[in-house]
Amino acid sequence: MRAGKSAITRPLGERLWATAVWAIVGFFVLNLLALIATVVVSSFGTRWLGTWLPAGYTTRWYASAWEEFQLPDVLLTTLEVVGAVVALSGLLGVPAAYAMARREFPGKSAVMLLFLLPLLVPPITFGIPLATVLYRVGAAGDITGVILANLVPTVPFVILIMVPFIQQIDPRVEAAARVFGAGTFRMFVHVLLPLLAPGILAALLLVLVRTIAMFELTFLTSGPTSQTLVVALYYAVFAAGVRAGQSIDAMAVIYMVTTLIWLLIALRFVNPTQIVTRGKRAAG
Amino acid sequence: MTRDGVPLSVRLSQRGLDGVTLLALPAVLFVLALFVYPFLYGLVVSFQPKAGDVFANYATFFGDPFLYSTIGKTLWLAIPVTLLNVALSVPVALRVRLMRRQRLLTTILVIPITLGTVLVAQGMLNYLGPRGWLNRFLLEFGLSSNPVRLIHNYWGVFLSLVVTGFPFTFLLTLSYVTGIDPSLEQAGAMLGARARQRFNEILLPLLVPGLIITFCLSFVQAFSVFPSAVLLGAPAGDTRVISIAAYTAAFEDYDYSMASAIAMIMAFTQVVIVAALLGLQSLVYRGPAGGGKG
Repeated sequence: MRAGKSAITRPLGERLWATAVWAIVGFFVLNLLALIATVVVSSFGTRWLGTWLPAGYTTRWYASAWEEFQLPDVLLTTLEVVGAVVALSGLLGVPAAYAMARREFPGKSAVMLLFLLPLLVPPITFGIPLATVLYRVGAAGDITGVILANLVPTVPFVILIMVPFIQQIDPRVEAAARVFGAGTFRMFVHVLLPLLAPGILAALLLVLVRTIAMFELTFLTSGPTSQTLVVALYYAVFAAGVRAGQSIDAMAVIYMVTTLIWLLIALRFVNPTQIVTRGKRAAG
Repeated sequence: MTRDGVPLSVRLSQRGLDGVTLLALPAVLFVLALFVYPFLYGLVVSFQPKAGDVFANYATFFGDPFLYSTIGKTLWLAIPVTLLNVALSVPVALRVRLMRRQRLLTTILVIPITLGTVLVAQGMLNYLGPRGWLNRFLLEFGLSSNPVRLIHNYWGVFLSLVVTGFPFTFLLTLSYVTGIDPSLEQAGAMLGARARQRFNEILLPLLVPGLIITFCLSFVQAFSVFPSAVLLGAPAGDTRVISIAAYTAAFEDYDYSMASAIAMIMAFTQVVIVAALLGLQSLVYRGPAGGGKG
């Protein structure tokens, strides 16, 4: 009797539950897409007051955003910052990851904790003391300070992604190279680098995406001439009312396109969950 | 024993210290110089106030309701948001793990994380504003007679923390959920456990440690909310969170000592809550969640 009853109610209950879960996901995704679409539509709209869609469409907000927000300068700064951060975090992070993956040494877990902390502590918390120190030594306010501050979370990020990746490469490959007489440098260039390339590429693309979007650290350390795109966008939104809302939206779209192009490229090489879980998957 | 005849470099390399280990040195020095040192510097500076005795900054902070209330306001935002995000993530992650084409959903969800809070704030100002699509929809379909006020108050910041926080929490939860061996649940089903029982008796105990970590990471993110609290909230009122107080002290009052003190209080509050949660974790099961698969 009971079994018969449950055989009918169970699938229904579970189906209702599944529907409810999908409804939540659908609602979230719908609102998310609408939120993004509203910025895009507004940036192309002429006049948009009290209707579903703007009265007409134009591209002039892009021209005005380009002028008003000095976007050529901002984009150049962004490019310089991101390029330097990607290159330096690779140079500092990959060798460190190699050491962490291949050697057991006293105090290794303490070193690992040292690398974990900058990723666990939110940027605004360590950013304020960091900015204070950088201003004191005169590095903040220009592009050097921005690059140094952005490296603080990205170097550990590269290490944490690369360690499991290096661990899965058989150390006997390196031993074989040594047996055949390759020095450390030749072994690195001819053996390790080709094997590590996919991992390095993935790690650096993630660093790139994170650095374009890193607001707090850049905000705290940048001066008027060293703003990246996201900080310039913040100031534009913050001072909204001074300029037409649509040109802020146009700038937001430029920022969005810049970020999403790199995200799409990155997603060809990494799993979306890796952006959050820091290479945990690679170990599994 | 045989110590004397052996050269130092050999002895060191036996303990794992050789040229390869030294490759970690630049990164270690970098993190020490730009993360550990600034933190310690900030701690020291916070005890060197512009005026007054050693603890003057802390006394000012806890004596001024405009300042100390920021802790409560931040917690009042961060804790409900994190609870909601974790509570939503678990059922969704359990459902999504059964999907074959997860990648589309995870890709969509990674977008708000990638775009960041500043862009989400600008989008929400448009979308949730009095003339935005959401209010238009509510008015058009008679769901509300007046535009609902969702920006420049508590709810604006709350919703922005859901938009950027839920995907983060969800993707973390998903990585824990997929780490649970499905055969454990199948075994339960075979023995006649229903979905609810399987969740309560099998999945939940295995998930709790991961959920606590997820909660900690999401909480810490929400607790340090900054741009959306300024752009979407009421930065002088309800959503004057602690990071705004620290920022104001540093960059508007140029009182780095006070700003450091607030940053230390912020870090301390986070540490206390995370430590409490991790203490809780030691009370629950921490064994493997899969048949031999880490």
